[in-house]
Amino acid sequence: MSSTRPNQLFRNKSAKIAAIPMIVTALLVFVGGTIWTVVYSFTNSGLLPRLQWVGLDQYERLWATRKWLVSIENLAIYGLCMLVLVFVIGFILAALIDQKIRFEDTIRTVILYPYALSFVVTGLVWQWMLNPEFGVQKVVRGWGWESFTFDPLYSADIAIYGVLIAGIWQGSGLVMVLMLAGLRGIDQDVWKASRVDGIPTWKAYIFVIIPMMRPVFVTTLVIVVTGIVKIYDLIVAQTGGGPGISTEVPAKYVYDMMFQANNLGQGFAASTMMLVTVALIVIPWAILEFGGSKHRD
Amino acid sequence: MIDITSAPLTGPQGPKPRKSFSRRNIFLYGTLITIALFYALPLYVMFITSLKGMPEIRLGNVFSPPLEVTFQPWVKAWSEACTGLTCNGLSTGFWNSVQITIPSVVLSIIIASVNGYALSNWKFKGADAFFTILIFGAFIPYQVMLYPIVIMLREVGLYGSLGGLVLVHTVFGMPILTLLFRNYFTSLPEELFKAARVDGARFWAIYAKVMVPMSLPIFTVAVILQVTGIWNDFLFGVVYTSPDNYPMTVSLNNIVNSTQGVKEYNVNMAATILTGLVPLSIYFVSGRLFVRGIAAGAVKG
Repeated sequence: MSSTRPNQLFRNKSAKIAAIPMIVTALLVFVGGTIWTVVYSFTNSGLLPRLQWVGLDQYERLWATRKWLVSIENLAIYGLCMLVLVFVIGFILAALIDQKIRFEDTIRTVILYPYALSFVVTGLVWQWMLNPEFGVQKVVRGWGWESFTFDPLYSADIAIYGVLIAGIWQGSGLVMVLMLAGLRGIDQDVWKASRVDGIPTWKAYIFVIIPMMRPVFVTTLVIVVTGIVKIYDLIVAQTGGGPGISTEVPAKYVYDMMFQANNLGQGFAASTMMLVTVALIVIPWAILEFGGSKHRD
Repeated sequence: MIDITSAPLTGPQGPKPRKSFSRRNIFLYGTLITIALFYALPLYVMFITSLKGMPEIRLGNVFSPPLEVTFQPWVKAWSEACTGLTCNGLSTGFWNSVQITIPSVVLSIIIASVNGYALSNWKFKGADAFFTILIFGAFIPYQVMLYPIVIMLREVGLYGSLGGLVLVHTVFGMPILTLLFRNYFTSLPEELFKAARVDGARFWAIYAKVMVPMSLPIFTVAVILQVTGIWNDFLFGVVYTSPDNYPMTVSLNNIVNSTQGVKEYNVNMAATILTGLVPLSIYFVSGRLFVRGIAAGAVKG
């Protein structure tokens, strides 16, 4: 019997071999790595990881550290503003471009090109543009408005908004493209029907089109939010976390703790907090999207 | 060719063309052009700043074109600019980035395409479970996996080398690429696959002779996605390589944000453009395919 029926494990062998990298990545790196970090966040690892349990000490210390609290606050400000503005700008741009305009390709190309640039390049360009000695501030003063002040990167209170400008410049093109794809996916009959009913265009957008674009909005939201949580290179390049600690963000806190302060435990605890934040967004989304209907592919 | 002569000539057809200078159009194009200018401005400023001499930068404003064009900043940015103690410019970083990007792109695309093919045509038990983990893994913040990967790379002796970084890029490129290829291969007509099987072709033969030749567009999209993504990476470069092997983005940041010496804004801007040049040219050349790449990962989740 056994000679006629080959071992289950070796059926479809090539496909299994082809999937080995995926299995290793999924289990060893993603699941294994995550569990490892979470476990070690309960230890007092310093320069090197070691299994010496300290319970929730790292978390208590984390939430008592001013730099972390500033990081969280910055992420909240940056994230909220970024989310709202990028969606508003992205959608309005998509709606304008969707008006059967001429030179659509040119305009779309110009608005999307920042997205092709790295965050480091983005950060450095805007560091230069916002330089009060040479940049926008000086130009406006040169026009005769002597008292004009616009130096977000040099005053701690508003520095994060300087980063926000760069972030929006870089990221709104992506939202525009996704929204445009969503708008193009809407049946023209919907527009005709709303026109027959005499609904003004802006009302049609808000009450008919946007609700129909829910799936696009949701996926865009998930992409934008996970991008916001990861924000790191932009800060390093544009402000280096400064002035002082006014533009610190969680991802930078993690890096600084792990690779500069030799305080691995803090880094693990902070990154676990980041994981929790993402999980709080992704899990409800996944349940909404895939939980209800198992039959969708 | 459309046969024009047979169409009856009954005068103009179709809807009445709109007047091109209606109030609506002025508003529409005015808004769009203003916005487009705002987006284009930084690139313009970057470019003209890099062509000015330092005295002119100190005097003039950032928006005015250079009175005297100089290419010295570009030369300096490429071969002389300093990061801390060494003064080799960006060229070292550029070649490191090339050596990182090419193998990473090739390796990640081969692995992910074979994997996507296995997932779409040769599903085995448990395949979907691993795939789901992989996709959810894409949402885990990199910071969570940074240190475990340091340990793994140290175990296999690749920590700090270009090879290690290539491996890291391959791993983190897997979720999106596998998704891309799986969706594409699933969309191909199944009859092709079945016919090849009837003809006796096996797993690898079907992949190489049927699937790959039919999937050139999606391979192009994947290459664009990976080249820009890997070229623009900063975090992995700074964590997993040693200073000799730093990719271009990291050396750029070190040059511009180095605290030593007098700031040379023209050199900094030249260096910034040089670093952005590769993804920018890919973007401007590929156009719609680039858009397809980012939309592919997003719209069909």
